[in-house]
Amino acid sequence: MLKRKKKKLEEMNASSMADIAFLLLIFFLVTTTMDVDKGLLVLLPPYSEEPPPETKENQRNVLDILVNSRDQLLVKGELTEVRDLKDMAIKHVNNRGANPKYSDSPQEAVMSLKSDRGTSYNIYITVQNELKAAYNQMRNEYAKQKFGLAYEDLSKEDQKTVREEYPLKISEAEPEDFTGEGG
Amino acid sequence: MAAIRKKGSKELPPVSTASLPDIVFMLLFFFMVATVMRETELKVQVRYPQATELQKLEKKSLVSYIYIGAPTGNYREQYGTAPIIQLNDEFVNREEYKSAIAVFIQNERAKVDEKLIPQMTTSLRVDKEVKMGIITDVKQELRKVSALKINYSATQRTGDL
Repeated sequence: MLKRKKKKLEEMNASSMADIAFLLLIFFLVTTTMDVDKGLLVLLPPYSEEPPPETKENQRNVLDILVNSRDQLLVKGELTEVRDLKDMAIKHVNNRGANPKYSDSPQEAVMSLKSDRGTSYNIYITVQNELKAAYNQMRNEYAKQKFGLAYEDLSKEDQKTVREEYPLKISEAEPEDFTGEGG
Repeated sequence: MAAIRKKGSKELPPVSTASLPDIVFMLLFFFMVATVMRETELKVQVRYPQATELQKLEKKSLVSYIYIGAPTGNYREQYGTAPIIQLNDEFVNREEYKSAIAVFIQNERAKVDEKLIPQMTTSLRVDKEVKMGIITDVKQELRKVSALKINYSATQRTGDL
């Protein structure tokens, strides 16, 4: 009789476990974000009170890019479409003294980017992106030619060699307020 | 014969829900690992520009965000529709943003180890319709406090220009 009354220990009820887990899950869904921040990394020049020294560099080494407040592009004094900018930059940097209008060597080539206060951010980013794309392409080609690997797959030191061959120099002039549209 | 009939008469056992917590926990861990805590409430409209040469930002704790864009719906009455700067959760007055950015960067620097300060990045999350004037001013201020590493937030462009 007694033996029969003694029941087996009942299993713990785990049905609320799911509820608790759901609660936690919903909490995390609400309070967190998933966006990975991606973008163009840029290093600004240090601030100095004095205006930058007059460039003594040969004018042929400078690729002048001017973006006006109507988002039109003027490269070396010529009206240019944004989609042609990359090829133009490559032609300029990889000229190696061949054409007197373009640069002497990749090490000396400089991009000079001047925008208006009324220029839209969109076109500015596009221009920056195209210049970066041009350099990435040239570095990649150089890396393949010299090391037989893509730029990304090289060791840190080899990457540095490639970067020194094609240094990305963008000089940004203070934008001028030609139209007074800027905020 | 008898045995078979006995089996057939048995009721179907209920579906076991014992594995439900496991499944939900799995989801929970996935979200805990794959997401980050939301820190600021976005009060300005930011539509990112598109670009192709994107780099991922490493180490979220070393990134400070500056948002620039037009105020969203509820804030329009008070602040108008012109682009405005948002630092953390607050709008910055157009007259005061120069000092506000310096203070903001200082506060961000105080949060991290001194050795890591040179690695700090400022991410500019700017709406693509904003004019360069305000961005140049912000950049100038960042240069003054030597926060030189910046990131222009953008999304991946898939098509041609």
